[in-house]
Amino acid sequence: MTTPSLGLQKAPAPGLKNPVHDAQKIFKVAMNALARPGSLQEMPELGLEVPAPLTQTVAALALTLLDYDTPVYLDPALAQEVDVVDYLRFHTGAPIVALASDAAFALISDPAKMSAISGFAVGTDEYPDRSTTLLIAVDDMTNTSGATLSGPGIKTETEFDAAPLSPAFWPQMIANQTLYPLGVDVLFASPTHVAGLPRSSKISMKEAR
Amino acid sequence: MSIDAQPALAPEIKARQAAMALLAEAPEATLQATWEALEPRPTYTVLRQPETGLVMVRGRAGGTGAPFNLCEATVTRCVVALESRETGFGQCLGRSKQKALYAAVFDALLQTEKWNAEIEAKLLQQLRTAQQEQDHQTRREVAATKVDFFTMVRGD
Repeated sequence: MTTPSLGLQKAPAPGLKNPVHDAQKIFKVAMNALARPGSLQEMPELGLEVPAPLTQTVAALALTLLDYDTPVYLDPALAQEVDVVDYLRFHTGAPIVALASDAAFALISDPAKMSAISGFAVGTDEYPDRSTTLLIAVDDMTNTSGATLSGPGIKTETEFDAAPLSPAFWPQMIANQTLYPLGVDVLFASPTHVAGLPRSSKISMKEAR
Repeated sequence: MSIDAQPALAPEIKARQAAMALLAEAPEATLQATWEALEPRPTYTVLRQPETGLVMVRGRAGGTGAPFNLCEATVTRCVVALESRETGFGQCLGRSKQKALYAAVFDALLQTEKWNAEIEAKLLQQLRTAQQEQDHQTRREVAATKVDFFTMVRGD
């Protein structure tokens, strides 16, 4: 190492190949996911190389949604990886916060060990938009079982489930829904798809899980 | 980039700043010619694709007054990494993405022991001379039209 004191010790992984158009495509996916809660929106093929344990889909959403104005919280699995922190700092400039309630976005790579949803910002009565949006990396999502969603953006009702999630997740989301118009919004990111679960969706569980 | 944390600058940072400033001012044709003459041409990956944006230019009245926003300037920036993982940053006025890319690549190469001396000899010295020449030319032109104002003392 010839120049040890010049900031970046190691080059972070490259960002979006075509920043403007890629970011627009990803934004459209995220927007449609939140407009049609529970529907699986396909991600475009991006060919991103991202540092583990960040997944491609979560990284793409992060590069699109984060900027210097959006404090971001990383779950412990992400926060301990220097490469992940460098990557997000370099490409987004977002301040990384240790306190979940300070964050505008939270990146969750290990949803089975996710901290309580009530710990995130739910907004205030004056500014309900000052809440945290959770980006949760999951392996799999389905529309054939799980919770029944209804409400704005859903014609009748739709079923939605994602795996892995902690057993406490759905009860916490039902509690989150009662806070409306406050509450957190969730984007699930599987390797190929994105699904949204905004605070406006009514959640009911058919059978005891 | 640690723009906000600036204690006394280390000499290698000062040298890099000077080199980046030269690269930013350099004509694109010179950068291109030097790049094409490199043998073997190094490989690099683009971390942040060249993009054009606006930067607020701030000034101080008389150089010491309170800062004010002077204007916005069009700036193109780019970041690359070499295979040996050195990063290079290029920022230059204008909209030439290719020039920002060249500036970033040369900034990265300057940090490698392998290329530092060669780039210094083949490019930076030439740029330094050309810019000094340009500077002198401007000074001469300004000096030629200099007007001395003085007050006649009456009653002599």
